[in-house]
Amino acid sequence: MAERAVAVNLRGASAWGAAAFVALFLLAPLGAVLWSADTIAGVLTRDWTTVRFTLLQAILSAGLSVALAVPVAKALARRRFLGRKLLITLLGAPFILPVIVAVLGLLAVFGKSGVVNQLLEAFGAPPITIYGLQGVVLAHVFFNLPLATRMILQGWQGIPGERFRLAASLGMRPWQVSRTLEWPMLRAVLPGAVMVIFALCLSSFAVAITLGGGPKATTIELAIYQSFRFDFDLGRAAMLAMVQLGLAVGATALALWLAAPPGFGAGLDRVVRRWDADSPWLRLVDGGVLVLAAVFLLVPLSLVILNGISGLGQVPGVVYKAAGISVVIALISTGLTIILALALARTGEIWGYLGLAISPMVIGTGLFLLINPVMNPNALALPTTALVNALMALPFAVRVLAPQMRAVEADYGRLADALGLRGWARLRWIILPRLRKPLGFSAGLAAALSMGDLGVVALFASPDWATLPLQMYRLMGAYRMEAAAGAGLILLVLSLVLFWIFDRGGRVDVDA
Amino acid sequence: MRHLAFAAGVLAATSAVAETPKLTVYTYDSFVSEWGPGPAVEKAFEGICGCDLQFVGAGDGAALLARLKLEGKRTRADVVLGLDTNLSAAAAETGLFGKHGRAPQVDVPNPEDAAGVWKDPYFLPYDWGYFAFVHDKEKLPNPPKSFEELAASDVSIVIQDPRASTPGLGLLLWVKTVHGDKAGEVWARLADNIVTVTPGWSEAYGLFLDGEADMVLSYTTSPAYHRIAESDDSKGFAPFSQHYLQIELAGKIAATDQPELADMFLEFMLSEAFQSIIPTTNWMYPAIIPEAGLPEGFNPPLEAGRALLAPANTVSALRDEALVEWLNALSQ
Repeated sequence: MAERAVAVNLRGASAWGAAAFVALFLLAPLGAVLWSADTIAGVLTRDWTTVRFTLLQAILSAGLSVALAVPVAKALARRRFLGRKLLITLLGAPFILPVIVAVLGLLAVFGKSGVVNQLLEAFGAPPITIYGLQGVVLAHVFFNLPLATRMILQGWQGIPGERFRLAASLGMRPWQVSRTLEWPMLRAVLPGAVMVIFALCLSSFAVAITLGGGPKATTIELAIYQSFRFDFDLGRAAMLAMVQLGLAVGATALALWLAAPPGFGAGLDRVVRRWDADSPWLRLVDGGVLVLAAVFLLVPLSLVILNGISGLGQVPGVVYKAAGISVVIALISTGLTIILALALARTGEIWGYLGLAISPMVIGTGLFLLINPVMNPNALALPTTALVNALMALPFAVRVLAPQMRAVEADYGRLADALGLRGWARLRWIILPRLRKPLGFSAGLAAALSMGDLGVVALFASPDWATLPLQMYRLMGAYRMEAAAGAGLILLVLSLVLFWIFDRGGRVDVDA
Repeated sequence: MRHLAFAAGVLAATSAVAETPKLTVYTYDSFVSEWGPGPAVEKAFEGICGCDLQFVGAGDGAALLARLKLEGKRTRADVVLGLDTNLSAAAAETGLFGKHGRAPQVDVPNPEDAAGVWKDPYFLPYDWGYFAFVHDKEKLPNPPKSFEELAASDVSIVIQDPRASTPGLGLLLWVKTVHGDKAGEVWARLADNIVTVTPGWSEAYGLFLDGEADMVLSYTTSPAYHRIAESDDSKGFAPFSQHYLQIELAGKIAATDQPELADMFLEFMLSEAFQSIIPTTNWMYPAIIPEAGLPEGFNPPLEAGRALLAPANTVSALRDEALVEWLNALSQ
């Protein structure tokens, strides 16, 4: 390989600082758990099936999500139509939903008494079951197809419009455009997308047991959860966390090795028109792909919304307070994510991925162990939740920002050097204007992810400072399922609005 | 001037708090939620104790014990409320709990001892319930009456993972105490009835209400919620010859700096004021039935002879054995 796709050597004080920050807040908790363990147990042989299932579902989920996302992103990249932006925003929704809300939405479509089975019954066909490996993969694709689509779409939009213009003037056929322009971009983008989704599915726990159908579908994260909750075996939890870390690091190494740098050179930041995709046949294909994706993603969401509307009237006041708290946490967390991501995007990408590789349960517990001797962990519930959410969103932000950041540096770096632009001035005049789109997208993602996170807050929260997802679970725990569905709708709407505001902010006056 | 007034107000407020002794009670999340017993209990107790009662929620019963183990001797809890008999031996082993020194008469079924006797030196019961499979009476008019009947039928069920939730653990022990060495075989035959296994009660109950299964593992008192709070009498529970009990417990932390208040709280917990809050907020049976009886629409308890409970000191070994059987039977 002529050039590394990803820089691994840190350069610059900000990169060092951010990497140290991430490592401190992710590795110190893991260390604290290990330190507090009485015995360091080896991972038992019965965990082998757990590891195998975890890997199998993560590979299938990541592979399928990305494979399906390519045609969707391609269609979105080369078509302009009314409602395109709205569709792109809505497609992001599944990713940010709390698991239980999304799962109930999926079940309304694919479940025992769901739409699909009712249709099958009407035609006298045998019913399908969602439970099992197919259900786990289906749910993971539902969650991650939108993420993969957006990451790949960013890549498509990163190809300068001039290249397509040139291709058109050379009379290239669509397959030639694919080979010369799109394939190199995909080579650069796909391994990262697969890796991020793989790591995400690696730590899946609620989806895997709920839809997996039983103990066959055990993941490492469940084993970690159990070690904490029922056995209080910190040693085993830490060992399992390290296995998970190892798998994620392995996947990252593989992805970085496979990823090739795109190297298109600089364009004039102009909007792309696609002469190669004007044929009616390709229009039909793209239209079909988009309709299918929209149906798959939006029908379950619509059912969540319909369900939620009927429960909205029963939502108690505390839920609105919780919604406010969640928004504040999301904003703090987003700010932190973006600062860290900007510092790491150029030379410290790999550090940003750490958050994906370490079990949130372990981080939460470890932070608790670190804070507890010093002060009451409840008092730090909000900052801790914001911090952990930021670290969890960082991998996505870095993944989205890093390629664009390096492209900007490659294209304009020498010019900036020649002009003596450094530090803040370079960021302000050269980098930020060109990173607005991915920055807006990353910030939207970080905010929405933080909104939907249940994670550590359950460990730290005091009764007065519950977040929206936690209140939703409390409503369910008190049998108030309809009110919980209403709270789920509020959560969905708030997450989407936050996402939309940031994402939109990133695209102001770069539209057309 | 407004700043000064504000500062004075804050100072006055903090000094007022400093004079009021504070009692910290760790409990599970659904207890402290606005629609749980927490707020009413807090109001009633603060009315008599001259103290500030603070609930701290930590997940569910199992998470509560994990939280205590995490904090160890540094725990800020004075009282812990929400463990059950399946966790109490492990909780006592932490050495964090002090003896309550009481021998109350309670209305809790006691499979091992004379009725009404409570002998656990560390923990006192505040409510209890029977695990049961809840179903829709119209869709399933004749539910199975035993695990064998269930296994032989094509009735579908949703259960909870015993590795992640207390109801799941309760079911594991239920099958184990009824079927002993045959528990593994029973699970193998139940496998095709199980639609899926969820991490916790909320997810399972949600799936059941959405029509994903005919029955869900919950409590005999769940139908009372629908009857009383939603005027919906369509839910019932499948009557088995024996039902595993969940007895919810509270104990005081030995090293508490508020021993009198902690004792006072435990005393209050068994009083009419606390007990009458329980049925329609926690949807469980109160440990001492209030004088006015159970609320209208609440299922009367099954006769005590149908109660099943593994002795607290055997639970841990029983669980380990049953978990391996469960995993083997359902991983095929």
